[in-house]
Amino acid sequence: MSASPETVSAGSARFTRYFIYGALIILAVVYLLPLYVMLSTSLKSLDEIRGGDMLALPTDPSIAAWLKAWGEACIGVSCVGIKGYFWNSIKMVVPAVIISTLLGALNGYVLTKWRFPGHKIVFGMMLFACFIPFQAVLIPMARLLGLMGLSNSTTGLVMVHVIYGLGFTTLFFRNYYEAFPDELVKAAMIDGAGFFRIFWRILLPSSGPIIVVTVIYQFTNIWNDFLFGVSFSSGEASPMTVALNNLVSSSTGVKEYNVDMAAAVFAALPTLFVYVVAGRYFVRGLMAGAVKG
Amino acid sequence: MSFLQIKQIRKKIGSVEILKGIDIELEKGGFLVLVGPSGCGKSTLLNAIAGLLPPSSGDIVIDGQVVTDLHPSKRDIAMVFQSYALYPNMTVEENIAFALEMRGVDKAERAKAVAQVAKTLQIEHLLTRRPSQLSGGQRQRVAMGRALVRKPRVFLFDEPLSNLDAKLRVEVRAEIKALHQNTHATIVYVTHDQIEAMTLATKIVVLKEGIVQQVGTPAEIYNRPANLFVADFMGSPAMNMLKGRAVSGGIQLFGAGGQGVTVRVPPSVTTPLPEGKEVIVGLRPEAISDEGSADAAAAASAQINAEVTIVEPTGSDTFVTGKLDGTTFTGRARAETVVEPGQTFRFVFNLDKAVVFDPQSGQRIG
Repeated sequence: MSASPETVSAGSARFTRYFIYGALIILAVVYLLPLYVMLSTSLKSLDEIRGGDMLALPTDPSIAAWLKAWGEACIGVSCVGIKGYFWNSIKMVVPAVIISTLLGALNGYVLTKWRFPGHKIVFGMMLFACFIPFQAVLIPMARLLGLMGLSNSTTGLVMVHVIYGLGFTTLFFRNYYEAFPDELVKAAMIDGAGFFRIFWRILLPSSGPIIVVTVIYQFTNIWNDFLFGVSFSSGEASPMTVALNNLVSSSTGVKEYNVDMAAAVFAALPTLFVYVVAGRYFVRGLMAGAVKG
Repeated sequence: MSFLQIKQIRKKIGSVEILKGIDIELEKGGFLVLVGPSGCGKSTLLNAIAGLLPPSSGDIVIDGQVVTDLHPSKRDIAMVFQSYALYPNMTVEENIAFALEMRGVDKAERAKAVAQVAKTLQIEHLLTRRPSQLSGGQRQRVAMGRALVRKPRVFLFDEPLSNLDAKLRVEVRAEIKALHQNTHATIVYVTHDQIEAMTLATKIVVLKEGIVQQVGTPAEIYNRPANLFVADFMGSPAMNMLKGRAVSGGIQLFGAGGQGVTVRVPPSVTTPLPEGKEVIVGLRPEAISDEGSADAAAAASAQINAEVTIVEPTGSDTFVTGKLDGTTFTGRARAETVVEPGQTFRFVFNLDKAVVFDPQSGQRIG
């Protein structure tokens, strides 16, 4: 007896659905367009690029530009490609992500399960650190690195990124552990586990989602960072992002767009890789705290 | 000497005093139930015994050893939590063995102990599962297994049944009782459920606002409540509280409208009541019955006709609520009793079971 209103609502629901999917597809295409241009340009020859059709597929795809960007392109005066800088970035990002994530987890653990007088103020100050702009800490940080003898070194950059990232990682883990039942910690205490044992055996194994979130967040930020890299390193010690900038701006004679694009793809690959591998946990991890809390 | 002694425990959190000088003693193998409404401090006290929440002052002694300043793991206690607190990342077997592992017990011995406990609790088939794959009752059993495997001096239970559905609760309650009878463990058990307290305890402590109201066996607590709070809190339906006045030769009940009933002073009142003194007479519903099921052996009883307001059949009994002169009371009649609201019903009051309270102090006077 209520058949007609049902068909009407089903019809309008279908229309809404088409509209939503349509909008999503258009926006996804817009968003992916630069990646497409980057990839296709990197596979074209210079002649073809000069032809001017940016959106056309490469007629004769070749990875020559990729090989050149990796091993021969000139960055400043040395023409050795970006591979050294790529490894610089890896050497910077891996320890920085691991250390800042572990310390953030430890901070979150202490701030929720081993509360001490003033824990709120400490957490408030760590939170405040998230809102300090990069530019504000450049000069004091440079001075500190100089005093510690770490200027222009990968170790120095690792330290800078750990310090700057700690506010965020602590925030992530604190909020995650806030929803973690205290009774589990109490039970482990009665069972005879100590401070680190509880952390290592009880909390960390249950922290999968938030570890993924933190790792992706930190990896992306540190890998993509340009300001700290350009401020605290130079020449051979530069990370990938700085080298990419130098490559693009230091071309003499003909501008090799395909090489620039190939180098840019190299610079984007690791973050893409991390996102593809762990991305589905990322959204789940972001949601986990909300649902439980 | 008592096995567990709680001496003058006080606990302040901020400016609020949660526990106001608690003294409790428990013999070895005893089953102590701390019962009271929410916020009475029973869980705080349990946490103090466990060492998870150090008291502001006072001492806790287990088997002659002062443990007040000992770390929870050094007290030789085990605790079962309300939420079970099973480690989500470990299997049932690892959960049960965790405490042994922390104490450096070797692997073979651990496996043996786990197998034994699993057999006792009939959870052998669950050992390889994770807590998330268990039902509520199974989790409860694993939580008990985790406590049992240690063979601690004292078991602490923090409202362990409150997350189970009604049917399972009764089952697990019986299991806990059987466990206590078989192992002769010393147990401290916190609950807000007075039926759990009655069925499980060898000793009940009724707490209210951080003060011990009464300590006693279930029978003492039920039959001889120390004050109006205990009388009202324990028992379901609650004890009837009838206002009365001492007159020559007895206590006059239902007096306000003039058609009062004078009953004999219950034999439990040993000091004579001054005439005209206001009292409260407490009678359990089972002491008010229909004529047919009244206790013929009662030394003092009274028959009272009253209008019926509510009839509640439970299957085994029928609770009949009557109203006389503005006072309502509930009696327990036979299941077969046929009566409708609005009718007049003859209630038989068994005054042998009556307790008398002072309305000013709330304390029992007889």
